[in-house]
Amino acid sequence: MTDLTRLTAAELAAGIHSREVSAVEVAQAHLDRIAEVDGDAGRGVHAFLHVAADAALASAALVDEAIGAGSAPASPLAGVPLALKDVFTTIDMPTTAGSKILEGWRPPYDATVTARLRAAGITILGKTNMDEFAMGSSTEHSAYGVTRNPWDGTRVPGGSGGGSASALAAFEAPLSVGTDTGGSIRQPAAFTGTVGVKPTYGGVSRYGLIACASSLDQGGPCARTVLDAALLHEVLAGYDPLDSTSIDAAVPAVVEAARAGASGDLAGLKVGVVRELGGEGYQPGVRASFDAALQLLEKLGAEIVEVSCPHFEYGLAAYYLILPSEVSSNLARFDAMRYGLRVQVADTGSAEEVMAATREAGFGAEVKRRIMLGTYALSSGYYDAYYGQAQKVRTLISRDFAAAFERADVLVSPTAPTTAFPIGDKVDDPLAMYLNDLATIPTNLAGTAAMSVPSGLARDQHGGVELPVGLQIMAPALGEAVMYRVGAAFEAVRDAEQDGPLIRRVREWS
Amino acid sequence: MTLANSPTLVDYDEVVERFDPMLGLEVHVELNTRTKMFCGCPTAFGAEPNTQVCPTCLGLPGSLPVVNRVAVESAMRIGLALNCSIAPWGRFARKNYFYPDMPKNFQTSQYDEPIAVNGWLDVALDDGEIVRVEIERAHMEEDTGKSLHVGGQTGRIHGADYSLLDYNRAGVPLIEIVTKMIPGTGARAPEVARAYVTTLRELVKALGVSDVRMDQGSMRCDVNLSLSPRDSGTLGTRTETKNVNSLRSVERAVRFEMTRQAGVLDAGDPIVQETRHFEEQSGTTRAGRRKETSEDYRYFPEPDLVPIAPPVEWVEELRGTLPEPPRERRKRIQADWSLSDEELRDLVNADALDLVAATVAAGAPSQEARSWWVSYLSQQANSQGVTLDELAITPEQLARVIELVAGGELNNKLARQVVDGVLAGEGSPDDVVAGRGLAVVSDDGPLIAAVDEALAAQPEVADKIRSGKIAAAGAIVGAVMKATRGQADAQRVRELVLQRCSG
Amino acid sequence: MPAISRDEVAHLARLARLAVTEDELDLFAGQLDVILGAVARVGEVAADDIPPTSHAVPLSNVFRPDELRPGLNQEQALAGAPAVEEGRFRVPRILDEEPLAGSGISGEEA
Repeated sequence: MTDLTRLTAAELAAGIHSREVSAVEVAQAHLDRIAEVDGDAGRGVHAFLHVAADAALASAALVDEAIGAGSAPASPLAGVPLALKDVFTTIDMPTTAGSKILEGWRPPYDATVTARLRAAGITILGKTNMDEFAMGSSTEHSAYGVTRNPWDGTRVPGGSGGGSASALAAFEAPLSVGTDTGGSIRQPAAFTGTVGVKPTYGGVSRYGLIACASSLDQGGPCARTVLDAALLHEVLAGYDPLDSTSIDAAVPAVVEAARAGASGDLAGLKVGVVRELGGEGYQPGVRASFDAALQLLEKLGAEIVEVSCPHFEYGLAAYYLILPSEVSSNLARFDAMRYGLRVQVADTGSAEEVMAATREAGFGAEVKRRIMLGTYALSSGYYDAYYGQAQKVRTLISRDFAAAFERADVLVSPTAPTTAFPIGDKVDDPLAMYLNDLATIPTNLAGTAAMSVPSGLARDQHGGVELPVGLQIMAPALGEAVMYRVGAAFEAVRDAEQDGPLIRRVREWS
Repeated sequence: MTLANSPTLVDYDEVVERFDPMLGLEVHVELNTRTKMFCGCPTAFGAEPNTQVCPTCLGLPGSLPVVNRVAVESAMRIGLALNCSIAPWGRFARKNYFYPDMPKNFQTSQYDEPIAVNGWLDVALDDGEIVRVEIERAHMEEDTGKSLHVGGQTGRIHGADYSLLDYNRAGVPLIEIVTKMIPGTGARAPEVARAYVTTLRELVKALGVSDVRMDQGSMRCDVNLSLSPRDSGTLGTRTETKNVNSLRSVERAVRFEMTRQAGVLDAGDPIVQETRHFEEQSGTTRAGRRKETSEDYRYFPEPDLVPIAPPVEWVEELRGTLPEPPRERRKRIQADWSLSDEELRDLVNADALDLVAATVAAGAPSQEARSWWVSYLSQQANSQGVTLDELAITPEQLARVIELVAGGELNNKLARQVVDGVLAGEGSPDDVVAGRGLAVVSDDGPLIAAVDEALAAQPEVADKIRSGKIAAAGAIVGAVMKATRGQADAQRVRELVLQRCSG
Repeated sequence: MPAISRDEVAHLARLARLAVTEDELDLFAGQLDVILGAVARVGEVAADDIPPTSHAVPLSNVFRPDELRPGLNQEQALAGAPAVEEGRFRVPRILDEEPLAGSGISGEEA
């Protein structure tokens, strides 16, 4: 019998919709897999913070019932299981954003993304682990323990969406949803040998997405194949009147683009290599994998051009001013008055004292660090020098992108400078941790689209097993179709050249 | 009476002899949109606590704001009516500050990029003098929730054991209208302040964008005031007095701050730049609690909302919907109704202008309409402890009563009974007439009998009338009215008396 | 000379309502100093004639009609509250007076 957890979402959907297999069986197989490998923070992958077995089976049963009654599936992914990052509100499951301050909180409403998944008949298996309020690049900043990288349990899966990425790589779910503020979908995808997409800002509704940095956050699909990501992309994306920054335009036809890419070449397409991304500071194995990827793209008929984005080097600095500033304001609402944790201060503690004590106890070190950094950057006297200047850098980065997209249809770079690093390696050195996001941040600052696709394996200076490397493909705003086409074409040629999908080489978890 | 925070008050006349007041007013107007500024929750006043809330106005994690189009239109209409320019582009900002009645711990406000700037409003003082008040800006923001302080001796915030929060009001749209400093008002500063707020209230009411109920907080006023020594050309330190919640209080607050600040300056002390609170009972102001840390609101552009860039056509369309400016409207009404300056002033001060105008629009003559609202109905409102427009009678109902009087179906005394009936909830004027059996006796038959009976009962009076002392008829008319329990038309009775005594 | 002092960090913590410990003050002062040193380079490139970008996507005039939308009932609104009384959120005593201008009659007597 086929192991259902090894199939792609597209394969599972085909089986469920043709009644070869039931959605309940598929859900059960994944729940069993979760029970087998996920464990807790001490052992196991620990991709999940909450598993909603009963709700998942009930949802799957509804899909089976509808299909049995002859109805058309609610969507091309009806009945396919999915893992949802614990940053989207769910009315029937706790939502914590990886923070102690929200422990046990049950939102009275569903995020738009949650509602779209439900409407599409997708089986939500549970909520996945993340760095607290999406701040981090390793999931080590989760209040509920680190998620392990299925390729090597001593390594981080990246972050903030390490849970969503590891759930895919450990075959606990064929699909997951992440959010990407500075690389939180793409870098974990690169670290776990999976596919992660950061859509154009405004492409996927943020309503019900617990904000990290409002002007940068964007939800997006995670999967093991480009086609699966595209199928999920079309479920998630679309105009939402509840989000003022939602784009009121047709969703790019990414499924069609992915299918075309997988079976075609890239003749006539210009792929820009960003000179400023990929040199110094990038691990040799990562550079080698990137160079090999460029050769494959050329082989597909793409023309490789070099482009320069001179202001990208300031992106990290701008990002670490804009993000903390927005964070300091967005996280002010966690004050022990209306929901979440409340720390008592003697019997007579004032509201002010209770707020300060609760926030001190409820937030982790990284969150507090960024709140204070943002408070500083927005203070009168410093605003112009820090926040104001950072916003100007944002303009310059957008201009760099615009100029580069004049010369190339898509831009490419390594997704992250390194492969997955050992747990504990950078947790005490914030600046070293921030460098992880060097290549992914410019896209968030400009609001454009980007994805990470597995490009190969590399061994780092720590030795041990070979670990996945990601290729980042960047496209202009609403340019997702060309991005998926390139991603799917690259994936197809890479798999053909290297004896099948990279993910097959992940070790069996034990 | 001694005041802890203001040991010596200087006599008002002396203050204005030696000091120039500089006045500024910030008025918050709660819009009467159906829904809140950033979410679809209702805005009605007086609902059960926390029943008009949603994830957005409760500031729940993940929630997002979306701007109410009608609130923006109301803001622009207020701006246009105040002769402001409408900003071609502007963003909301976040004003960051922790306070339990603010669900997000920031207020979303157009503070630094207001939708309307640089306007003016002409304000008429009691003697007809016109003062032009320059408007600095009008901007949109959101209201806070309400806190109820429980325990302690006074039930106030100080000494309370704990507080209870209701967020029904959180997110209700507010427009803040800020004047430039108003110089040169001298002794008339308190009057100018009241006249400005009165006129602004009239304007906003005419726009139909707010209930402007100062007693319910849908219009609130903060008074900024400083004094400088007469003709010194220097600018004094100003105080901001909050919680000034009636037209009368506006005048009293300005007056009190002038006498208090003069006392402080005379004692050789500096004025502290601070927020003060107006105490309705005593008519005084008191200092707010000093903050340990200086406030730093850390404004930055609200990333969850996109800029507002109203196209010119939209602005012009809104300009086309503006009502007549208050001053011109008053002038026109004064001419139309042939009012003296004093009569107009009484009407304005009684807050009856709109009600009279509506009654006239419903067909009543202005004099009768005016008389009803300014005298009898004002008394009723006073004794009920409500405002004139809260009385349970509509201008249309009053116009019907006036019509019945003009038609001779009611006399003035009966008309008051009909009005009482309407106020008591007995239905329309016609319902009350029917229900209470109040129609004037207009059939002459029973009246002639009553007149003859009264003449027979008072033969000496009858003789006087017959001998030409027409003034004596009053006694007979009175007797007839008594006999008919007031339901006769007194004028007709008089005619009949004279008729029966002649020939 | 560090960009940020320990006292400044303490001030930031007060503004941000974080009851940080003495040890954290030392730790954060050092870390924030390093981070600020690194991010200060945004000042190197952005000239006066560069407009700031506050929103990544250039949208404007996004409005909602003034129409009621179902919200939460009282029970749902209060469900996550640490303490509740009489249909309201019960919170510890508040020391500061109303901070916002014009918030008017919010402090009612009970």
